[in-house]
Amino acid sequence: MDPDPKKSKFLPSNLLNSNGSSHPQSLFPDEVLEKVLSLIDSHKDRNSVSLVCKDWYNAERWTRSNLFIGNCYSVSPEIVARRFPKIKSVRLKGKPRFSDFDMLPRDWGANVHSWLVMFAKAYPFLEELRLKRMTVSDQSMELLAKSFPHFRALSLSSCDGFTDDGLKAITTHCGNLTELDIRDSVTVDVGGGWLSCFPEDFSSLEILNFSSLNSEVSFEALEKLVSRCRSLRVLKVNESITLDQLQRLLVHAPLLTELGTGSFLQELTPRQYEDIESAFGNSKNLQVLSGLWDATSFYLPVLYGACSGLTFLNLSDAVLQSGELAKLLAHCPNLRRLWVIDTVEDKGLEAVGSSCPLLEELRVFPVDPYDLDHRHGVSEMGFLAVSRGCRKLRYVLYFCRRMTNAAVVTIVQNCPDFTHFRLCIMNPRQPDYLTNETMDEAFGAVAKTCTKLRRLSVSGLLTDTTFEYIGKYAKNLETLSVAFAGSSDRGMQCVLEGCPKLRKLEIRDCPFGNAALLSGLKKYEMMRSLWMSSCNLTMKGCRLLAREMPRLNVEVIKDKGSDEIQADKVYVYRSVAGPRQDAPPVVLTL
Amino acid sequence: MSPPLLGVEGQSQCNVSLMASSASADRVAKNGLGLKERNYLGLSDCSSVDSSAVSSVPEEKKSNLNLKATELRLGLPGSQSPERESDFTLLGPSKLDEKQLFPLIPSKDGICLLSQKTVVSGNKRGFSDTVDGFSESKSTVFNDGSWMFNPASSDSGQTKLAGNAGINVMLSNRSSGTQPSVKTEVPGNTSKECSNKMNGSNTNSAPASKAQVVGWPPIRSFRKNSLAPTSKNNDEVDGKPGPGALFVKVSMDGAPYLRKVDLRTYSTYQELSSALEKMFSCFTLGQCGPQGAPSRETLSESKLRDLLHGSEYVLTYEDKDGDWMLVGDVPWEMFIDSCKRLKIMKGSDAIGLEC
Repeated sequence: MDPDPKKSKFLPSNLLNSNGSSHPQSLFPDEVLEKVLSLIDSHKDRNSVSLVCKDWYNAERWTRSNLFIGNCYSVSPEIVARRFPKIKSVRLKGKPRFSDFDMLPRDWGANVHSWLVMFAKAYPFLEELRLKRMTVSDQSMELLAKSFPHFRALSLSSCDGFTDDGLKAITTHCGNLTELDIRDSVTVDVGGGWLSCFPEDFSSLEILNFSSLNSEVSFEALEKLVSRCRSLRVLKVNESITLDQLQRLLVHAPLLTELGTGSFLQELTPRQYEDIESAFGNSKNLQVLSGLWDATSFYLPVLYGACSGLTFLNLSDAVLQSGELAKLLAHCPNLRRLWVIDTVEDKGLEAVGSSCPLLEELRVFPVDPYDLDHRHGVSEMGFLAVSRGCRKLRYVLYFCRRMTNAAVVTIVQNCPDFTHFRLCIMNPRQPDYLTNETMDEAFGAVAKTCTKLRRLSVSGLLTDTTFEYIGKYAKNLETLSVAFAGSSDRGMQCVLEGCPKLRKLEIRDCPFGNAALLSGLKKYEMMRSLWMSSCNLTMKGCRLLAREMPRLNVEVIKDKGSDEIQADKVYVYRSVAGPRQDAPPVVLTL
Repeated sequence: MSPPLLGVEGQSQCNVSLMASSASADRVAKNGLGLKERNYLGLSDCSSVDSSAVSSVPEEKKSNLNLKATELRLGLPGSQSPERESDFTLLGPSKLDEKQLFPLIPSKDGICLLSQKTVVSGNKRGFSDTVDGFSESKSTVFNDGSWMFNPASSDSGQTKLAGNAGINVMLSNRSSGTQPSVKTEVPGNTSKECSNKMNGSNTNSAPASKAQVVGWPPIRSFRKNSLAPTSKNNDEVDGKPGPGALFVKVSMDGAPYLRKVDLRTYSTYQELSSALEKMFSCFTLGQCGPQGAPSRETLSESKLRDLLHGSEYVLTYEDKDGDWMLVGDVPWEMFIDSCKRLKIMKGSDAIGLEC
C-alpha cells in the first residue's frame, strides 16, 4: 500500500493541521496504524476497528492475517479475496449445528471447494485451514495439498466427504505439515493408508489426531513417524491401536502434552502391564487424556502415574462405573474439564464433586440415549453433588432422565458463574419429577443468577414463562437451543425482543408460528442464524420474511410427504452474498 | 398449543406399567419351570452330557428352549434344541447328536452351503413358537425375515456396516409391529416423523413405549451405543442412528483379528452360537474371508469331527465386573446385560472357568 505523500511519520501534527485538515486521522500515520493494528488478534475487535473510518478500514484489512467466517454462506469467496489481501490462516464453519443430529439432507452444501479455488489464487501463502461442519472432497484435499507450499495446519471438525485418497494427498505433499487434526469425523471407513504416505524424512509434525477415523493404520509407519517427529506434542490415535502399541509410541514421545489412547481391550502379560504403566508414569507433561475405549477396572490403574498434571480428562468413550471413576479421579486433583458417560451414575458424580475442586467444565453423555435398557444414568442428585464440590463450574452439558426445579435453583446458587448451561432432560416435555410442575422456574433461576450466561439449552416441560425469564434476564446470551418447549408465539417473541446479544437461535418442535418468526424481522440481520424445524411455520410466513428482508437468506427444507403449506425446516441467515447457488433441490431459497 | 401435561404423563405411566408387567410375565414364563438336572462340570464326556441334558428336559418346546439356554455346557448351550435339528436334517441326524461345540458343528461345510434363509428363519420359528403372550408382536417382527441381514453381516467384511443394516431393517419392522400403546411425544408432527424416518419405535425387548424422534436426544451419532465400543458407522445407514445396537468384540485364540457382533440381533444363545460359528469358521477350516486372511489348507471332514470330539473351543465372556465367565449360565437377557466382550478360548485354557 502506498503511503499517502502528505503523511509522514516524521511530520509533526501542527504542519498537517496547516493543510486545513482537521481530521484526527492525519495525526496518525498509516504505517504506525498498521503496526498497531497488526497486534490485534481478536476478529471481533478487528471488525470494530474497521468500522471507525475509511482509513482504519483499509489499515485493518491490510493487516488481517487470520480469517474467521462463522457461516460460509454469509459471504462469498470473491468478496473475501477483495477485502483481505494477506490472509495466512482461515477458520470456516459450514452447516448449522443440527446437522450433527442428522436433520439435514446429505448433500445440503457447505462444500469447501469454491473457497479453496479462491484461496489458491488469492492466498498462495496460506498456512492454516480449520473447517467445521463442511464437506471436503478428495479433490479439494488434493487442491489444498498442491496449491500452498507453506501449508502447515489442517484441522477438520465434524467434516465429511473425504476418503483415504484425500488424506494421502495431504500427507504426501505437505512437507511442512505441523498439524493434522481430524475430529468427530462424519465420514465412515476412511482408509488408513494415508499415514504411510508421509515422506521418509518428514519430521515436522506437532499435532496428530486421527481418533475419529475408523480404519487401521500401519503401526510400523506410525511408530516411525512418532520417533522422527521430535516436536510432537499432541497425539490422538484411533481405536485400532492396542495398549502395547501405545506403550511403544509413548516411549518415543515423552514430551506429549495431549494423548488420545487406543483401545484398552487387550490381555497384557505382567511384563507388558508394567511397561505401559511406567510409560504413563514417564509422561509427566500430559495435560489432556482421551480415547480409553474399553477401559476396564483392571487396566485403568496404568494411567494413574500420568494423571497428576491432567487438566482435561475425556472419558466419553470409556464406559466406566462409579467406583472406577472415583479411583481414577483420586489421582487427578488438577482437573479442569471432565467428560464422562452416565454409567458412572450419581455416585460417580459425587466422586467428581469431592475430587475435583478446580473443575470448570463437566459433560455427561448418555450411554443409552433411547432408554432401551432403562439404565439409570444420572439425575439431579449427581448434578447437585458436583455443584457443591466444584464451585468454579462454568460449562456444563448434562443429559439426564429426571430433574427438579429445586435442584437447578440450588445448583446455580452454588455455581453462579455459568457461561454455558446445557441441560438435556431426555424425555421431551418432562415436568419436575417431584412436583409435576413445569421446569420454568429452573431455567428462570439460571437466567437470573448466571449473569455471564452466553449459551443456554433448555429442556423439560416449559411454557412461555421460561422465555419471559430468558428475555428479561439473560442479557449476555448469545446461543439458545430450544426443543419441545413453549406455549405460544409469545415465548419466541420474548427472546427475540429481550436478548440483545443473541447470535444463534435454534428451535425444534415448538408451537411458534409465523407471528413469532416475523417478530424478529429486524433482529435476524444482527444474528448469525436462526433455525426452526417442526414448528408452526408456513411457506407464506417464510416468503413474507424473505420479501421484507432481502439481505437474509431464507431457506426451507421440505420433509417428504409434507403438504404445500407447511415449512418443515427453516434456516435463516444474513448474507452479503445473496442466495446460494449450490443448494440441492430439496432446499428452497425464498 | 399447550402440550397436554397430565395426559402425557399419565399415558407414560400407564405404558410403563404395562410394559413392566409384561416383561416380568415373560421372565416367569422362561424360568418358572422348577429345578432340572444340570451338568455343572462341563468337562464330562460329550455324549453323556448330551444324553443327560436331553433326558432331563421336558418335552414342551417352550421349556426346552429356555432351559437349554441356561444349561452349563462346554460348548454353546442350546445347540441341541429340536428346532435346530429340523433345520439340519439334510445333514444327518447322527452328526447332530455329537456335541455341538463351538465353533464347529458337524454340518459345518453344509452350513456354508445352506441358504441363509433356511437357517435363520428356522431359528426364528423356533423362538417365536415358544414365546407367548405379549411377545406375540415380537414374534411377528422377527419372522419378517429381517434377520436375513444378520448372516450377511457375519459373512461380509463390512461387519459394522451390514450389522447396522440389520439393525435398521429390524427397526423398520419393529415400527410396523409396534404395540398399540406406543406413545408419541410430539403432537402433530410425530406421525410424519415416525413414518418417514426409519428410526423405528422403541419396541425393543426392554419395554419402552416412547416414539423416537429424529435427532433427539441431541447426541452425535458417533457417541451412540457406547455400551459396545463402536458407533461411528451409524451414518452409513440412511444417516439415521441405530438405537439399541450392542456390539461386543469377539476374539478367538489364534485368529489374526477380532470381530464384532451385535448381541441385540440375537435372542438366544443358539443364534449367537451359529452366528459366531459362521464368523470364525474360516479360521478353523482354513477358508479365507474377504478380509484376506492367509489361507491354509482346508481341513478334511474327519479332522473336523476330531476337533469336535476334542472339545476344542469354549465360548466365554467378560462381564461387567471384569470376570471371565462361561457363556450359557444365565438367562439370555441377563447375559447381554452384563456381557462386555466375548472370547473363544481353547478348551484347555478354559479349565479354570468351571465352578
